[in-house]
Amino acid sequence: MAAHLSYGRVNLNVLREAVRRELREFLDKCAGSKAIVWDEYLTGPFGLIAQYSLLKEHEVEKMFTLKGSRLPPADVKNIIFFVRPRLELMDIIAENVLSEDRRGPTRDFHILFVPRRSLLCEQRLKDLGVLGSFIHREEYSLDLIPFDGDLLSMESEGAFKDCYLEGDQTSLYHAAKGMMTLQALYGTIPQIFGKGECARQVANMMIRMKREFTGSQNSIFPVFDNLLLIDRNVDLLTPLATQLTYEGLIDEIYGIQNSYVKLPPEKFAPKKQGDGGKELPTEAKKLQLNSAEELYAEIRDKNFNAVGSVLSKKAKIISAAFEERHNAKTVGEIKQFVSQLPHMQAARGSLANHTSIAELIKDVTTSEDFFDKLTVEQEFMSGIDTDKVNNYIEDCIAQKHPLIKVLRLVCLQSVCNSGLKQKVLDYYKREILQTYGYEHILTLHNLEKAGLLKPQTGARNSYPTIRKTLRLWMDDVNEQNPTDISYVYSGYAPLSVRLAQLLSRPGWRSIEEVLRILPGPHFEERQPLPTGLQKKRQPGENRVTLIFFLGGVTFAEIAALRFLSQLEDGGTEYVIATTKLMNGTSWIEALMEKPF
Amino acid sequence: MDCYTANWNPLGDSAFYRKYELYSMDWDLKEELRDCLVAAAPYGGPIALLRNPWRKEKAASVRPMLEIYSASGVPLVSLLWKSGPVVSMGWSAEEELLCVQEDGAVLVYGLHGDFRRHFSMGNEVLQNRVLDARIFHTELGSGVAILTGAHRFTLSANVGDLKLRRMPEVPGLQSAPSCWTTLFQERVAHILLAVGPDLYLLDHATCSVVTPPGLPPGVTSFLQMAVSFTYRHLALFTDTGYIWMGTASFTDKLCEFNCNIRAPPKQMVWCTRPRSKERAVVVAWERRLMVVGNAPESIQFVLDEDSYLVPELDGVRIFSRNTHEFLHEVPVTSEEIFKIASMAPGALLLEAQKEYEVQQKDVSDEDVARAINQKLGDTPGVSYSDIAARAYGCGRTELAIKLLEYEPRSGEQVPLLLKMKRSKLALSKAIESGDTDLVFTVLLHLKNELNRGDFFMTLRNQPMALSLYRQFCKHQELETLKDLYNQDDNHQELGSFHLRASYAAEERIEGRVAALQIAADAFYKAKNEFAAKATEDQMRLLRLQRRLEDELGGQFLDLSLHDTVTTLIVGGHNKRAEQLSRDFRIPDKRLWWLKLTALADLEDWEELEKFSKSKKSPIGYLPFVEICMKQHNKYEAKKYASRVGPEQKVKALLLVGDVAQAADVAIEHRSEAELSLVLSHCTGASDGATADKIQRARTQAQKK
Repeated sequence: MAAHLSYGRVNLNVLREAVRRELREFLDKCAGSKAIVWDEYLTGPFGLIAQYSLLKEHEVEKMFTLKGSRLPPADVKNIIFFVRPRLELMDIIAENVLSEDRRGPTRDFHILFVPRRSLLCEQRLKDLGVLGSFIHREEYSLDLIPFDGDLLSMESEGAFKDCYLEGDQTSLYHAAKGMMTLQALYGTIPQIFGKGECARQVANMMIRMKREFTGSQNSIFPVFDNLLLIDRNVDLLTPLATQLTYEGLIDEIYGIQNSYVKLPPEKFAPKKQGDGGKELPTEAKKLQLNSAEELYAEIRDKNFNAVGSVLSKKAKIISAAFEERHNAKTVGEIKQFVSQLPHMQAARGSLANHTSIAELIKDVTTSEDFFDKLTVEQEFMSGIDTDKVNNYIEDCIAQKHPLIKVLRLVCLQSVCNSGLKQKVLDYYKREILQTYGYEHILTLHNLEKAGLLKPQTGARNSYPTIRKTLRLWMDDVNEQNPTDISYVYSGYAPLSVRLAQLLSRPGWRSIEEVLRILPGPHFEERQPLPTGLQKKRQPGENRVTLIFFLGGVTFAEIAALRFLSQLEDGGTEYVIATTKLMNGTSWIEALMEKPF
Repeated sequence: MDCYTANWNPLGDSAFYRKYELYSMDWDLKEELRDCLVAAAPYGGPIALLRNPWRKEKAASVRPMLEIYSASGVPLVSLLWKSGPVVSMGWSAEEELLCVQEDGAVLVYGLHGDFRRHFSMGNEVLQNRVLDARIFHTELGSGVAILTGAHRFTLSANVGDLKLRRMPEVPGLQSAPSCWTTLFQERVAHILLAVGPDLYLLDHATCSVVTPPGLPPGVTSFLQMAVSFTYRHLALFTDTGYIWMGTASFTDKLCEFNCNIRAPPKQMVWCTRPRSKERAVVVAWERRLMVVGNAPESIQFVLDEDSYLVPELDGVRIFSRNTHEFLHEVPVTSEEIFKIASMAPGALLLEAQKEYEVQQKDVSDEDVARAINQKLGDTPGVSYSDIAARAYGCGRTELAIKLLEYEPRSGEQVPLLLKMKRSKLALSKAIESGDTDLVFTVLLHLKNELNRGDFFMTLRNQPMALSLYRQFCKHQELETLKDLYNQDDNHQELGSFHLRASYAAEERIEGRVAALQIAADAFYKAKNEFAAKATEDQMRLLRLQRRLEDELGGQFLDLSLHDTVTTLIVGGHNKRAEQLSRDFRIPDKRLWWLKLTALADLEDWEELEKFSKSKKSPIGYLPFVEICMKQHNKYEAKKYASRVGPEQKVKALLLVGDVAQAADVAIEHRSEAELSLVLSHCTGASDGATADKIQRARTQAQKK
């Protein structure tokens, strides 16, 4: 069903099947017909676990979105609320239940908390007088959702803000729980590395949780050789830069949500001869993007400048394949051609879609403004003119370009200069407040609290040291046939991925000095294994590293890690986990405050 | 007390031995045990110590003390020894202390040091003196055996009914035996002694040589011998490190063991019990204790201190300066109870005892909790919180808390702690777990339980909890959030708080301005001058916008400063726009952009031209070209294209579609980048000539 999850070194279908089983078991507990009332935020992530067909098989007949007042009528025996444990949602549920009670024939109510049951929420339900109305109150520990054969995400949008701004470590607790689930399925991970305050916390919780389960010895042979936990605030730079891989650009321009993207429909109008394209579709074109699609798997991680040539090569191959039909003479040959037809048609459809997407993206990337913006970003990242007010940014503000774009650039400059001179910072802030409104001072405060924007304090700019030691800026980039991860940003090598790369070879000892400059502790922990489970690696066999980005990861970083996995002498293959798949825009947006 | 299997040591296939502490000794010994004569009464009886100064070559200058202690080291009595030098001491079955003097006199004392009587071991001794003596117990009573300086033995099998028996001479004996012991066979006491490789058995009348069956050759000397409590078994330790174990009648060998230690042991005693599965001896050296029996491996213990062994009916007592331990074979019944997953009745009884222990009233909580932990350890499936809940049910809150310390799952600890009203402890446990829901739960309890001040104080000491509570307040109790910031003098956050309030809570402009004023004050206190000034600017702007709405009509409130100025320009209120931008010191560059954009939006080309000529543009004239083209007004655009500076001239000309002139400028600039830019714009049919011109210029440039 989700074959693409089992292509990688680690079969993530095992995880998917485990969570599906758990879901089925819960549904079967509530015997009879049912309606699900959804916390809207959950529908996206759930779609990756179970389609409607699975729910239907278990007598789910209706689905509603959780809203105040009364539930829509439904002739079912059970009503199940699928919710995140949030107080405001409890208030809505109580309203639903109370108005339902007044309505007459009683139904059975249940709650499924995702990913964790909450005493706080249950107390609220009790205070509202409805706790007793629920027959089953259970939790569904859907922490890490498999997105692809090498990618897991918690899709917890608030994780970065909660951890770094509010000091709320709930998402870290869920992350640790998720790691325990993963270890239950894939064996104890013998070695844990980490960098950053949150990484330390998660490792501590994991070790503690392991102690809590002393009774049950995990007897599964470990699939992962080690785990690298890394805080987003160790590398604030990378997400601010514009991603230049195919998938990264799709995400930057259109936003990928739970592996789906919505695109402007014009380019996808069916081209029928004679129709003259009278009726243009008005609804956005929704496409799922993952490695189940062969062509997408091939081009997603390429630098966008290398995508065009692949597409045209593919086009030639496909049309040649269709031409084959003229050569098919015998019945056998025709039969064989016909048998290949569905696959060929799918390939042609896929090619058409991606050609359209590539055209859409090209319209953006060839624009003068995109070029100017990229130039400024690259100047900052390579250390040019980071210490004075930038003309381009000034003009963007004066022309009232989108605020997020401006904030991304100012933050990028600040990070690349280890903070801005007070005068420069105040100038930008003042310009932003006057142009976009004084209310954004709250957003600016948030960015300052998160360290994205800050005044330079006494100490000299440490970014050049970091840049040089970690080779973050590479002048000779081969976008077509990359030899280094820096291809994903056409010159800039993502810091986070560089840390992973250096950990694998030659080890972090070589970069102690830089690690001390970067925030938070770095550490190593071992989880002892019984001798029977200790792994002896065959010569030439790659290590499998699970790398967990606490606070989010971008598609470009994922592409860089996949590039490292595919290197023949790389020695390490990566499985990536994160609290949220994000980009600079969604990141800054989550940190913004809109008081009205 | 302790019966958990953790200290069970297997010896062979059938038996387990364990050693555990009976007491920690209360005595405060000034001497080392090895410097004393020691006598410990059997059956766990009292211990007598006498410092033995006579053992040293020199005559004693000080008289020693005789001290008697209980088995746990509680001093019972201490008295100055005024009599002659003592060779050996021992306790009788009646718990009388027998002190055998060098001169053959035996002084008898009671348990409390009261002198009872004395008797002599014979006149012969007076000349030869006593070299060594033993007090032994048989069914006849307590006996004394002595070895004299003439290497002769005398014994009395029952000191209560004193009959001295002088044992026969060992033929040709020139020196003292290497070791000796009393045996008791057929209701008669014997002496067994070792001389070189030979063993002699003395009874009343005869001296016979005995040979232990199965003793390997090569033994040149016996270093130690031990007879069992019941006199049935005998063990011999040879100079080859070999231990022979057999019947005391020399009829059978039970087993043998080679410990490969040639050093003479300090002590060797049997360790058996009625119905033992295994027969074993315990051998002690200075720092090592070894249990050997019919098994290829021995059990070894390290002795931390100078120790003394006391054989007992059911095992061996071992005491030292600090501890008093018992070493024994684990009885079959214990084994049945404690072996893994046992369902024997005793095992079930233990469960009941666990409950009982919880209900016990007279033992300290700490001890009970520890005892239960020692019994249960970290056994999977054992829930300490269940036991704790039971303890709490019995009214033993402190015990329950102690028990919870052993519960590894904080999720289980916290609810019970809350129930027991130990909320602060519950809070630290919850924080430790990292489970924020648990922390929240405790916080809400604390909030109801404590008064506000105490609650805030508790939060202050727990930063993680404080952050979480702030989060909660942000969504549920805004007023409390303010109080929290106030308490911490967090003026920066207070400022932000009032800023938010000015938007969210206040409808009227006066209210909004008032909230902003509080915010600005807070920012000043936080030394955030920038934020304070910005907030004051915002107040100013709000008031101004209100006035504009009153005077001009239309919508101004909540527009940004930039948009306010734009709206004024679009509305034709240029003077006011000027005034506003001057008041707020809008930088010239941005103001030009602003005006340019506003006028182009209005398509007020006349005004735009006037503006462009008002002074030299700080942003150049390319933006004018761009904005006119954006409005599709090529005519106006061309006016500005001519004014664009040389650097951007080509770009401007291309924008207005004048490819030919762009080519001329590029050629004039001799800029390769500009040339290719123009070339890329040569797409129309009419551009052919221009393209050729550029190519020619390029070729020429290359020639030069």
